[in-house]
Amino acid sequence: MDVKDIIKEENLVYGKTKLLTDNIMHYCPGCTHGVVHKVLAEVIDEMGIQEKTIGVAPVGCSVLAYNYIDIDWHEAAHGRAPALATAINRLYPDKYVFTYQGDGDLASIGTAEIIHACNRGENIVVIFINNGIYGMTGGQMAPTSILDMPTSTTPYGRKVELNGYPLKITDLIAQLPGTCYVTRQSGHTPAAVRKLKKAITKAFENVGKKKGTSFIEVVSTCNSGWKLSPVKANEWMVEHMFPFYPIGDFKDE
Amino acid sequence: MAKVRGAIVVDVEKCKGCGLCVVACPSKVIDLAKEVNGKGYNYAYMANPDACIGCANCAIVCPDTVITVYKVNTEANV
Ligand SMILES: Cc1ncc(C[n+]2csc(CCOP(=O)(O)OP(=O)(O)O)c2C)c(N)n1
Ligand code: SF4
Ligand code: SF4
Ligand code: SF4
Ligand SMILES: [Mg+2]
Repeated sequence: MDVKDIIKEENLVYGKTKLLTDNIMHYCPGCTHGVVHKVLAEVIDEMGIQEKTIGVAPVGCSVLAYNYIDIDWHEAAHGRAPALATAINRLYPDKYVFTYQGDGDLASIGTAEIIHACNRGENIVVIFINNGIYGMTGGQMAPTSILDMPTSTTPYGRKVELNGYPLKITDLIAQLPGTCYVTRQSGHTPAAVRKLKKAITKAFENVGKKKGTSFIEVVSTCNSGWKLSPVKANEWMVEHMFPFYPIGDFKDE
Repeated sequence: MAKVRGAIVVDVEKCKGCGLCVVACPSKVIDLAKEVNGKGYNYAYMANPDACIGCANCAIVCPDTVITVYKVNTEANV
């Protein structure tokens, strides 16, 4: 059978969701941000909540996320996405409000906002992209950088004596009574992407049920900041990040 | 046993040549072209089209969502 006999509308099994715009993403080749954007767009599309969803974009590489997913968005100051999401959720309690934040944004400058929003149990979804680094500004150490990880500000690797311990912020978030669902996922293989999609779907369903805060960490790569190819970055993540940031659910109530 | 055949279409100008689809494919269908697209990336293409089973693994992991997947059950056509 010839390829052109297979490539026909009636044989379509996978294509880009309409919720992803036609804009070319500014992300580096192989960046996990693109995978998570795709999954988010698919979930919002499949749940039929495009008109009811409001995203809050962060400062970081995903600052322009609003160019790529065709929903309503707000842009927050660095780290303040959970505070803005709180306000939006309280003004529009029937909307599906989510924040999309990097690890520098969420676990460094925005630590206060995320802890208190989760502790208050704001009825929102938090998507937390943990690539262990400040991607946008040139690969500096983040609170989440793991020990011995080379970054532009720790060229010989992160050391406890000088840089302190890496912060497992998701473990802290899971302790807070306001959170109903806390999980750590990834997006480096087809199976991981499918699991991530289930997790994001559950989180948005929780908003519909008004259950409180759903928090999804996505252990991610920043291949440019890590100075590895996209394929090698995924391998490095599996070998070095996963032992410290194991994949799985913390809480599902 | 039903025989499944698949095929992919890559939006060549939007592909960034990251290679994540190449390693995600269970049938070793995809390779990066020697030629480059308008942005200078070695884009993905079906180097071994007969082996494609239409599983969509490549499209699912593509960060730029530039792969479309088609699948047929060839037995139905015999
Ligand atoms: C108030 C303020 N402080 C610092 C910065 C500089 N800055 C921009 S992005 C960023 C960190 C981004 O890292 P992360 O949140 O991990 O996102 P990534 O780019 O890795 O996805 C910083 C410190 C800023 N824009 N605003
Ligand atoms: S710098 Fe890192 S996080 Fe930012 S787009 Fe590039 S790979 Fe992605
Ligand atoms: S995963 Fe997507 S962007 Fe990367 S090489 Fe394959 S088709 Fe191109
Ligand atoms: S659809 Fe499956 S078999 Fe075909 S190229 Fe993609 S990953 Fe390979
Ligand atoms: Mg980061």
